[in-house]
Amino acid sequence: MLEILKLSNNPEICKPLVEAVIEKAKEFQEKFGRKPALMEVCGSHTMALARTGVKQCLKDDVNLISGPGCPVCVTDQRSIDAMIALAEEENRIICTFGDMMKVPGSNKTLLDSKIAGKDIRVLYAPVDAVKVAEENPDKEVIFLGIGFETTIPILTLMVGEAEKRGINNFSIWMTTKLVEPVLRYLLDAGEVNLDGFLLPGHVSIVLGEDSYQYLVDEYHISGVITGFETAELLMGIYKSIELALTGHAAIVNNHPAIVSKTGNQVIHQWMEKYLTKCDEAWRGIGVIPQSGLDLKPEFNRYNAKKRFTVEVGEPRKTKCRCGEVIRGLISPDECPLFGKACHPMNPVGPCMVSAEGSCAAYYQYMRESF
Amino acid sequence: MEKYISLAHGDGGELSHRLIKDVFIESFGDGDSALFDAASVDIPVGRIAVTTDSFVIKPIFFPGGSIGKLAVAGTINDLAVSGAKPVYLTCGFVIEEGFPISDLKKIVHDMANEAKKTGVSIIAGDTKVVERGSADGVYINTTGIGIYELNKGCSLEFEEGDAILVSGTIGDHGVAVLGARGELGITVPINSDCASLNRMLAEVLDYTNGVRIMRDPTRGGLATTLVEIAEDFRVTMKINELDLPVKEEVHGVCDLLGFDPLYLANEGKAIIIVAQQEKEKVLDILREYPEGKDAVVIGSIVGKEKGQLLLETPLGSKRLLTRLSGTMFPRIC
Repeated sequence: MLEILKLSNNPEICKPLVEAVIEKAKEFQEKFGRKPALMEVCGSHTMALARTGVKQCLKDDVNLISGPGCPVCVTDQRSIDAMIALAEEENRIICTFGDMMKVPGSNKTLLDSKIAGKDIRVLYAPVDAVKVAEENPDKEVIFLGIGFETTIPILTLMVGEAEKRGINNFSIWMTTKLVEPVLRYLLDAGEVNLDGFLLPGHVSIVLGEDSYQYLVDEYHISGVITGFETAELLMGIYKSIELALTGHAAIVNNHPAIVSKTGNQVIHQWMEKYLTKCDEAWRGIGVIPQSGLDLKPEFNRYNAKKRFTVEVGEPRKTKCRCGEVIRGLISPDECPLFGKACHPMNPVGPCMVSAEGSCAAYYQYMRESF
Repeated sequence: MEKYISLAHGDGGELSHRLIKDVFIESFGDGDSALFDAASVDIPVGRIAVTTDSFVIKPIFFPGGSIGKLAVAGTINDLAVSGAKPVYLTCGFVIEEGFPISDLKKIVHDMANEAKKTGVSIIAGDTKVVERGSADGVYINTTGIGIYELNKGCSLEFEEGDAILVSGTIGDHGVAVLGARGELGITVPINSDCASLNRMLAEVLDYTNGVRIMRDPTRGGLATTLVEIAEDFRVTMKINELDLPVKEEVHGVCDLLGFDPLYLANEGKAIIIVAQQEKEKVLDILREYPEGKDAVVIGSIVGKEKGQLLLETPLGSKRLLTRLSGTMFPRIC
């Protein structure tokens, strides 16, 4: 596997691929009089495209637009404020993915609360939250359950583990998101013109190739399931432009070794056992019906939203344009706060601090001040 | 002897006396200085270098080292990269009540061992005991004294084309300590690089006057240290991603957690910026030492105006590297 990874980042393979993509993009430009516009749906793709230099190499030829696939960034401000407020009560331990720690709430971050003495723990292995609950029977342990289809299975595993061990002081604050409803939202809104999607390899392991067929059948747009190494990214882009040139929409699985047609059935069964669809609020978009997953009523004892009430006021209004960044309407540097009032040490919106945020990727890897 | 440190070990009475005798003097030895409140030592005429550092680490013992080895090597390295020959160390301990004396003995033994290996004497020390819960096990401060030799050292004057060398693989310490905390849920087969570099770096300085600067990239990692040099001396540096020495295991952990080896701590590595024509010979010298066997050139000074650090990706594009901004947290997916 390591050998394959090395090959995937080998410049002798990748540099000719860049040339090939540029050639294909020029062909597109000649035919349609504009650059091909592709959306990378996933935040990990945004980061990988920026970190490896693919975005920079293609900036004159391909319009790569970051999509709504960073789980922290799409969480609406009220939810973020609620999660921060959860930590304020006594006798609680809040467990979270690291990404959430620096996300700005209306008044403070979870990191601020931790510094002020609240028991907030970043877990490397989320299932450890159940262990934390077992070790602290006199405290309520709440896991902040954000994420897309890549992360949601882990949340169900946690519930399964809590059930197995008979733990009653563990619950999850669910604010999960699904890929399909938000892609439909973007396509229905028609605010951004796209020639194709780069679909995330890891989400697709769960969902399977066939799950994207609605893109072709209903929207006549292509999607290429793409990995995260340099050569894989370039091949995904090449294939997307090639499809756009033919005018023939299709779903192409460029990650066939690990993405099957129907996805991971065991995970599907777990998700069906524990979860049910619910309406979810998205940052910069609002509520999208049936766009998230919540625990089924029979698992309410593990559902923090059913067990605890949190009161938060109206979110503080800022000039942050994360919402438009998420919808692909502007690039991060078009936000007036970018790099000035908003930077990683003083983030105004979540996109600047999440490990998958497009503003963070842009700030870290794409500023051209040399 | 008692098994655990108690508050009485810090009150200056009989137990304090026994602790010093059975733990510290047992390992560090007992010179004339032990008879007085201050150590008295000879130094040659000239300039001395003084540095101090406090060591707090979790866990206290980790693959490849301990807080004791780290407290000696870390301070020795600060002197060595400054171009000074380390000669004396002092140490101060803050110990939490209830700390196992057997662990303290191991730590002190590691310190004595590292000092002996590097030819440095530990000449003064202090111990304080705090109530249980007021500290996390043990904290150690060491102060180091080094001597500058005449006409030897770093010029701090840079030229375009100067080579940037690193003495081995980066991120080993950061990943080893992370793994040793047992929170990752995976076994990480990596040892910390914790080591004293004084003999190796002294040989480099013996050989050439072409060294511009040496630094040890500890907290904040290679990138943060290079950014500091770039800004302090107004030089623009370019390093090549493909040339960065990173162990596969370190790559793996970083990929998994979303960390960047450029920002992970090292405890036995030196950055050496040296005149272009001297780089091969300096590499040869470094590679003769176990702690320098993986030394490589990672980039060069490319300009003198802006004070920036650039990274060239394998695709040939360049990006700006900045200091580590806050703590790195593991990512969601």
